[in-house]
Amino acid sequence: MKKKIALEITIPNQTRYLGLIGKIGENMAREFDVTVCDREILASQLNIVLTESIVNAIKHANATDPNKEVHVRINVNDREISIRVYDTGSGFDLSSIPSPCFDPGSLNEKGRGIYIIRSMMDSVEYRRTNGGNVLEMKKMLGNG
Amino acid sequence: MNLKTESNKGIVVVFVREERLDANNSEELKSELNHLFETGTKDVIVDLKEVRFIDSSGLGVLVSGFKNASTRQGTIKLSGLQTQVKSMFELTRLHRVFDIYATVDDALENR
Repeated sequence: MKKKIALEITIPNQTRYLGLIGKIGENMAREFDVTVCDREILASQLNIVLTESIVNAIKHANATDPNKEVHVRINVNDREISIRVYDTGSGFDLSSIPSPCFDPGSLNEKGRGIYIIRSMMDSVEYRRTNGGNVLEMKKMLGNG
Repeated sequence: MNLKTESNKGIVVVFVREERLDANNSEELKSELNHLFETGTKDVIVDLKEVRFIDSSGLGVLVSGFKNASTRQGTIKLSGLQTQVKSMFELTRLHRVFDIYATVDDALENR
């Protein structure tokens, strides 16, 4: 039987909800037939990707404003998972974010979040939408 | 954040007693590491045995500790990395930067 799940979550612009959303991602991964990778690896990847993208929205796009909100929309079917993280900030240019420096002599504390997301997902886009921006991340799960 | 700090043979061991080390709590570990190095501690082991999940903010705090230790001729070692945490170090190549041990005892033996 074909499965299809759509989930919409709204959280305050605060990092305290990261664990909750990460767990939702992990549990969703365990509900689906995954043929492209190990299900437990997918579960941990969704936890990480949701965490990184929400932190990105909270700190960078929404500029840590406690009055703002972050909206998350997750759509899963037998073929792919799509995660959209909406912010209402002024946004940023995804293409201008470089890969982190791997040289142990010139390490930076920051700048690994988008690299981690790109490493774990098949496609990552950031674009303007009505009243804000959306970071959209997709990953193939199987042939459906 | 639940941190436990012990001194053992002149080395300070910081036990991170959390399931997640992420953007919500990692600043507290950063403050603790800063405090240790600023008050004269040279060698620190951060034990991550209880940490099941680490994000880029958690990794960043450990990089901050590494840089802090290096500038003071000190050391920072890591122990007890779970599989998922270890894979994050490998993805970001930080496993080449840190001395990583299976247990605190292993880290203490390799002074």
